[in-house]
Amino acid sequence: MDTYSILREFADSWVLLGMFAFFIGAGVWAFLPSQRSAREDASLIPFRNETPVKACKDNCEKCKSAASSFDQKGT
Amino acid sequence: MDYVKLILLGLVTVIAAIGASWARDLAYQVHAVLIMFIAAGMFIWVLRNVDEKPKAAEPDSIYFDGVIRAGVIATAFWGIAGFLVGTFIAFQLAFPALNFDWAQPFTNFGRLRPLHTSAVIFAFGGNALIATSFYVVQRTSGVRLWGGKAGWFVFWGYQLFIVLAATGYLLGSTQSKEYAEPEWYIDIWLTIVWLTYLAVYLGTIFKRREKHIYVANWFFLSFIITVAMLHVVNNLSIPISFWGSKSVQVFSGVQDAMTQWWYGHNAVGFFLTAGFLGMMYYFVPKQAERPVYSYKLSIIHFWALIFLYIWAGPHHLHYTALPDWATTLGMVFSIVLWMPSWGGMINGLMTLQGAWDKLRTDPIMRMFVLSLGFYGMSTFEGPMMSIRAVNSLSHYTDWTIGHVHSGALGWNGMITFGALYFLTPRLWGREKMYSMSAINWHFWLATLGIVLYAASMWVSGIMEGLMWREVDDQGFLVNSFADTVSAKFPMYVVRGLGGVMFLSGALIMCWNMFMTIRGAKPAAASVPHATPAQ
Repeated sequence: MDTYSILREFADSWVLLGMFAFFIGAGVWAFLPSQRSAREDASLIPFRNETPVKACKDNCEKCKSAASSFDQKGT
Repeated sequence: MDYVKLILLGLVTVIAAIGASWARDLAYQVHAVLIMFIAAGMFIWVLRNVDEKPKAAEPDSIYFDGVIRAGVIATAFWGIAGFLVGTFIAFQLAFPALNFDWAQPFTNFGRLRPLHTSAVIFAFGGNALIATSFYVVQRTSGVRLWGGKAGWFVFWGYQLFIVLAATGYLLGSTQSKEYAEPEWYIDIWLTIVWLTYLAVYLGTIFKRREKHIYVANWFFLSFIITVAMLHVVNNLSIPISFWGSKSVQVFSGVQDAMTQWWYGHNAVGFFLTAGFLGMMYYFVPKQAERPVYSYKLSIIHFWALIFLYIWAGPHHLHYTALPDWATTLGMVFSIVLWMPSWGGMINGLMTLQGAWDKLRTDPIMRMFVLSLGFYGMSTFEGPMMSIRAVNSLSHYTDWTIGHVHSGALGWNGMITFGALYFLTPRLWGREKMYSMSAINWHFWLATLGIVLYAASMWVSGIMEGLMWREVDDQGFLVNSFADTVSAKFPMYVVRGLGGVMFLSGALIMCWNMFMTIRGAKPAAASVPHATPAQ
């Protein structure tokens, strides 16, 4: 068989299956209940890292509680 | 180190000087002279600083914002340039006399059109993407940009690419691939700059302090990696001579067409969609002051988008030599793509849940919401136009142009304006933009401009499609091509006016940015030393 046909056969079978499995896996992973806190944590990243170093040292509790007020939605 | 730099810069200067003398065409000659002067200038600058004490570098404890400030200004500048050329060529189509005889061949429509598309997509959009991605990756990783001066190399290297590409088009150097017109040596330069960009971006993510990689960074990263891959494969060409700009493509015929539209559609999918979605996932939550509606949905959005987009290219080649199965594949994937696109739009819009009142008070939020609206609209229109039967009416007509501009002006333009309004006060230590009512003016001028543009192009496109296929009872075509051209004249004038409105909105933005920046000092933002990782 020529290179095209070999590659084509491989692409049409195992590669297709592998990509599809990865895609479904990513979809399932997105919904895993065990990942809930990770998702919550990640979704709050834009609201961190902008406080000047000193200000945050002084009232760290304050920063945390400000962030946790976003938690009520649980997505 | 200085001596290595001097040797390299000296070599580049000499080779460019030889190139300027031996050049086989005008574009190459002008570029060689340009590179010669830049390299010579840098040579002298490095030479004058040999054995001088190096200036104190910015400490690692503050974010690398200088390059972002430069990027914000460059975005505004290239935006005006691109919109101006676009408006001019819109009027050239309505009034062909504007292809001035005395300025031929440099200012005819054929040479200005790629100048317009590249200026808005790569210069305006590209600078916006580089600036915002550098801003977002630092803030969401909690560290300073990796690579030190490499960030500046990416910025200035990219500007050089833009200048070489733009002057090349005017001087007649093009490889005739849509959105990939620059010739071989410009392509090689862009590859070097882009790989540095990738390294800087990845380096920053690798040394991040946050446990997770925020979803905006996923989108930005997929944009950088995919554009690198698309650019290299679509520009595989062999120069005819080292001393000339002309090159020959490695692929030919239908393979070349397929590669070109695999590139072309993914330039839309990854440059204008994935990259700008990275902006959306950061700036919309920030401006609404609440996290994204559903992080689950954003993960699904990401994987679905990148898995589907890459296959959609063949819908540009319906009814061509490309096999039917390939165009059907492209069409099916384009239609499936509708769902993740709308998932992303809903995710962005629903982020405003509980904060919809901001729409009344915050013109920047309004821009983001309108941009998401246009994202939804054009990602519905696109799949519809990719259906073979619809495409037989819409292809080669102004409908395509209208579709592209509702996406580009509405989605990319509006979200970039919103991001510029978000970034400018923060980067220059101001509380807010100089004038809020000017933002309102910009919003309405741009919106009405887009409405005029899209509506006139729909009318003219569908009319054109219907006129081209109209046959009489004997089976003969009723209209000649010139009939459609004269029938489109009023729509072309309306389109040009839409462009004028969009451009004047952008000019108001530049004035507003200038007044905000004037007299302000660059602001320094600290990198947090310890981030609670929960």
